[in-house]
Amino acid sequence: MSPLSKLIMLGLVLAFTAPSMSLADDVVNLYSARKEQLIKPLLDRFSDQTGIKVNLVTGKADALLQRLQSEGRNTPADMLITTDAGRLHRAKTAGVTQAVDSELLKGVVPESFRDPEGHWYGLSLRARPILYVKERVDPSRLSTYEALIDPDWDNRICIRSSGNIYNQSLVASMIAANGAEATETWTKAFVKQFARPPKGGDRDQIKAAAAGLCDIAIANTYYLAGMLTSKDQAQRDAAAKLAVFWPNQQGRGAHVNVSGAALTKAGKNRENAIRLLEFLVNRDSQAWYAEANGEYPVRTDVEPSELLKGWGDFEVDRLNLAQLGLLNPDAVRLMDRAGWK
Amino acid sequence: MQSTTDKFVWPRLSIRLNGWSIGVLSLALLLAVPVVVVLSYIFEPAGEVWRHLADTVLQDYVVNSLLLMVGVAIGVLLLGVSTAWLTSMCQFPGRSVFEWALLLPMAIPAYIIAYTYTGLFDFAGPVQTTIRDWTGWGYGDYWFPEIRSIEGAAFMLALVLYPYVYLLSRAAFLGQSICVLDVSRTLGNGPWRTFFTVALPLARPAIVAGLSLALMETLADYGTVQYFGVSTFTTGIFRTWYGLNNAAAAAQLSAMLLLVVFALIILEKISRKQARYHHTSQRHQALTRFKLNTRQSVMAFLICSGALLFGFMLPAGQLLWWALTTAEESLDSRFLSLITHTIMLAGTASVLALLLALLLGYGKRQQKSWSTVFAVRLAGMGYAIPGTVIAIGVMIPFAAFDNALDSWVREQFGWSTGLLLSGTLVALVFAYLVRFLAVSLQTVEAGLGKIRPTMDEVARSLGTGSGEIVRRVHMPMLKGSLMTALLLVFVDVLKELPATLILRPFNYNTLAVRAYELASDERLADASYAALTIVVVGILPVILLSRTITRSRHAKST
Amino acid sequence: MPNQLEVRHASVKYGRQIVVDDVSFELESGVIGCLLGPSGCGKTSLLRAIAGFEPLAQGEILLHGRRVSLPGHTLAPEKRRVGMVFQDFALYPHLTVRDNVIFGLRRISGKSQQRRVSELLALVGLSGLEDKYPHQLSGGQQQRIALIRAMAPRPEILLLDEPFSGLDVELREQLAGEVRAILKREGVTAILVTHDQLEAFALADIIGILGSGRLRQWDSGYNIYHKPADRFVAEFIGQGAMIPGQVLVGGRIDSALGIMFADFKQQHQAGDSVELLLRPDDIVHDDESDFKLEIVGKVFQGAEYLYTLSLEDGTELLCLVQSHHDHAIGERIGVRLAVDHVVAFPGHAEVGSDFELKE
Repeated sequence: MSPLSKLIMLGLVLAFTAPSMSLADDVVNLYSARKEQLIKPLLDRFSDQTGIKVNLVTGKADALLQRLQSEGRNTPADMLITTDAGRLHRAKTAGVTQAVDSELLKGVVPESFRDPEGHWYGLSLRARPILYVKERVDPSRLSTYEALIDPDWDNRICIRSSGNIYNQSLVASMIAANGAEATETWTKAFVKQFARPPKGGDRDQIKAAAAGLCDIAIANTYYLAGMLTSKDQAQRDAAAKLAVFWPNQQGRGAHVNVSGAALTKAGKNRENAIRLLEFLVNRDSQAWYAEANGEYPVRTDVEPSELLKGWGDFEVDRLNLAQLGLLNPDAVRLMDRAGWK
Repeated sequence: MQSTTDKFVWPRLSIRLNGWSIGVLSLALLLAVPVVVVLSYIFEPAGEVWRHLADTVLQDYVVNSLLLMVGVAIGVLLLGVSTAWLTSMCQFPGRSVFEWALLLPMAIPAYIIAYTYTGLFDFAGPVQTTIRDWTGWGYGDYWFPEIRSIEGAAFMLALVLYPYVYLLSRAAFLGQSICVLDVSRTLGNGPWRTFFTVALPLARPAIVAGLSLALMETLADYGTVQYFGVSTFTTGIFRTWYGLNNAAAAAQLSAMLLLVVFALIILEKISRKQARYHHTSQRHQALTRFKLNTRQSVMAFLICSGALLFGFMLPAGQLLWWALTTAEESLDSRFLSLITHTIMLAGTASVLALLLALLLGYGKRQQKSWSTVFAVRLAGMGYAIPGTVIAIGVMIPFAAFDNALDSWVREQFGWSTGLLLSGTLVALVFAYLVRFLAVSLQTVEAGLGKIRPTMDEVARSLGTGSGEIVRRVHMPMLKGSLMTALLLVFVDVLKELPATLILRPFNYNTLAVRAYELASDERLADASYAALTIVVVGILPVILLSRTITRSRHAKST
Repeated sequence: MPNQLEVRHASVKYGRQIVVDDVSFELESGVIGCLLGPSGCGKTSLLRAIAGFEPLAQGEILLHGRRVSLPGHTLAPEKRRVGMVFQDFALYPHLTVRDNVIFGLRRISGKSQQRRVSELLALVGLSGLEDKYPHQLSGGQQQRIALIRAMAPRPEILLLDEPFSGLDVELREQLAGEVRAILKREGVTAILVTHDQLEAFALADIIGILGSGRLRQWDSGYNIYHKPADRFVAEFIGQGAMIPGQVLVGGRIDSALGIMFADFKQQHQAGDSVELLLRPDDIVHDDESDFKLEIVGKVFQGAEYLYTLSLEDGTELLCLVQSHHDHAIGERIGVRLAVDHVVAFPGHAEVGSDFELKE
């Protein structure tokens, strides 16, 4: 290497390694699978109130988990936030998290939305109900996820691909409830009900249903909420054509998953991290989730937003969400076998 | 050329351990670390996952990936070669604008163009809705091309990747001696026959080189196919890794992908070898372009403007529309830091990639042993590997190195170094280099190939030392190639997403990350500002690139 | 005064392969030498060793009395003051003719550079092309620019590596003559490498024949043709035929063409079998002669016919005859020998390694 390029390399090393060195004392370092725009405002509020600076990297949960694992005991991260319980459970199994024994947290986060040993706590709830086109579907004919294989719904269902974690979780919850064999039979029949091969995201399913391509869309509620409050007239119009049906209300309840947080085992700012965790489940923060993102608060004593309240109360599947993580690979295989694209 | 046999020095089969070969080898090995790390998972037992994959989805992955490659190949060849021929060899109104404008689609990331086309042409999009409103038709009453399909994905990728073929085949057409073409015409071949029988075969190596770049990008694409619900090798790798939680099987899928890439590289090498035969004539005349008549001019104009319309104006227009009408996000001061971060990263990576490509290219030129040739090939492998895979391949060894160093320092001195490189921009830029070195390497090598060894020897016999040869002979001759290499990598890094997402330090965002975070939250309109800014920042280097190429041609023909 | 170039026992190796084997020769100032041989004979390697691009495995090379190459020590080409012209000309495409020519003239002032360029361009008859780029020139013009670029810094010696092989045939012969005139006018010492003997004869004062890396003969064109040092040289240069003969007492030789005197190329004694080299011009057509041979082949060469004649025992001879003597194949014509000494090589019984080298 020429002296010039050596010099450049040295300069770059100094310039580029700087960000990781400048971590001051009053900080908490956060790896978040929750997108920046959906977490940053809360973090800013936390910093304002406590004076603790929050350093943030966002990314996909698996990649962040991989990063945590390879960084080992020297990881700068104090906390990991993911948008599904399965990933949190995976992190716990990988041994990169630590338990938090906080009476406050245990008091406000219901048991099924946190790790039994306190390795992770749910922060917000997302529900994945059945959305139907008001004009063409009589909601009294809807009952459960399981009943969607009824010939009634042949060629009328829009749902995204099985590569998405929302669908993987949904199927995993069904394996937990009905067993693998029954779920496989169901999935095979379910795939035949699709109005088109799965493509696009949840909003696309809602749009397709509104446009008449299908009559039922499976999507998370906050996408519907986002569309209803969109600046785009077309999106508002499309979303307005659909309504929410809460399935399995007579049985186990509608499928939900949580976004949640865990403290890393090697984190160096444990106290600050716990403060952040507690901050994220306080009433204001919980209300913010509901308001800003159309999610349901994880706390039972915080009301969801007006829009969400309009969809009615519903029974939640009380399955311990760690199960979703355990069953996720089974769910993926099952969907592979069923030919769910 | 027969009598060259006694002056040709055969490549030596033994490794001569001089400075160059050691330097080149160690550099190349360093750059190959991520690929090797990923490949090392091959030896981990993947369990019965393979049987599961083979029984269910593997066939889909293979068939879809192949179909996608075929589709993209057809698309980029049709678009790239025809526009290259028209702008370099024919005279028609608008030619001089198309000359540079045809490169603009390069500035648009594939996943962004996929979002915009879906927004426009999807069943629920404005185009189909308008059709339904006018006609009163409903779903199933009419046929409309399904944009989110494998054909759609191939179309999207072809639209943004054809500039590679355009760029390289145009250079080849411009470099062709007009005499060969004239000879063909005097033999009674019309311009069309001349094109197919003479110009096209002569430009083949360049076209194949462009095609292989486009296909490698296609194989590495994740954003578009994932959004369109097309299962390819790349989506399969992630599904296996994340969904099935089986890293070993995912790495084995990556290894299969690498095999395809190897095959592509060999194909490209074989066709490039022939390039040597093609440029024996050193006599070039200034080009006289075919004058097209009115009908032909209209056709030419339509072809070029079609590529530009669908590859650039439509998606950019959609982004602009979203940004102006429906976006809730707006420009703020944070945006400025996004832009500076992005430009700084792209700038650093492109300069470093250029320096590395020069080192490796010179190393190979200086020391043409199998070890250097192999090393240089190895260093260029990263281009076809999905960015996420590279990122994981960078993250693991960097963290391992940092932790090992930390443990050692703790033992020896009792204090901790923490993570020195992991989670810094060094790791990120390194990943960029691994991923994009192939681009600059290919360009620099092509440039170096034009400097014949005798040119160096003449200079030395005229009393010129090595440094001076580089300054007075190589640099002026390489100028165009270096600029091209720099700009291509710059634009590539500008658009890069997966590695940036995984490896970036705390509080460090780029335009691509911002666009992705909003788009993946299905807020396409809000993503439009960031996406549009990527395009705007990308346009400048693209125009510079085009001017560099045109200028280097003009300098030759004055 | 030392010779301009001295090559002493020089050997060049690529790995274990010896490509130049113990070559020695000298070149006086102002003389044009030529290394001639079939491809693969090592001539280019030898030239590159003289230029400094290849190290010597053995021996030494002296330029103007200065020792420039020794095993383990090779003075860099840029420090030797040699000019080199390559087969592909290697003109710099990014430089004009002027800038190409002054490439090696950095040490002199701009004005002198200009003067030198004009002078050299005039010398090769290309004045006025200063501002052209190489690709705008014809092949012959490019060749001449490459030549004067190498000559511009007045090198100790000019090395020309197959300088005409990139050109078409007519141009080659014309240029070879011109280049000789130019070199002579400038008094340049030069070495040419070629596989084309006509080029060598046209350009060089002295010719070295290389075969299998060894210098077979270092001599004038005439001697190389008429007095080849070995069988390899005899067969590589010119045309001719070998006829068998037998050594008589007293050193004369008996053959199908009668008894003649010979230059022996080896120890001999009466009774030995030898082979005699007969060039086409050694045999003269003479209608008066009683010695008649049958024509078995003929080639029209303009001024002459080259007849192939057959002896009784089937041995074939070549004979050049003025072309107005037009005889048909199958005719028998009278010939006589026009040579007092023929060159005799060992007969087939003692075949030397030289035979294997035949092209």
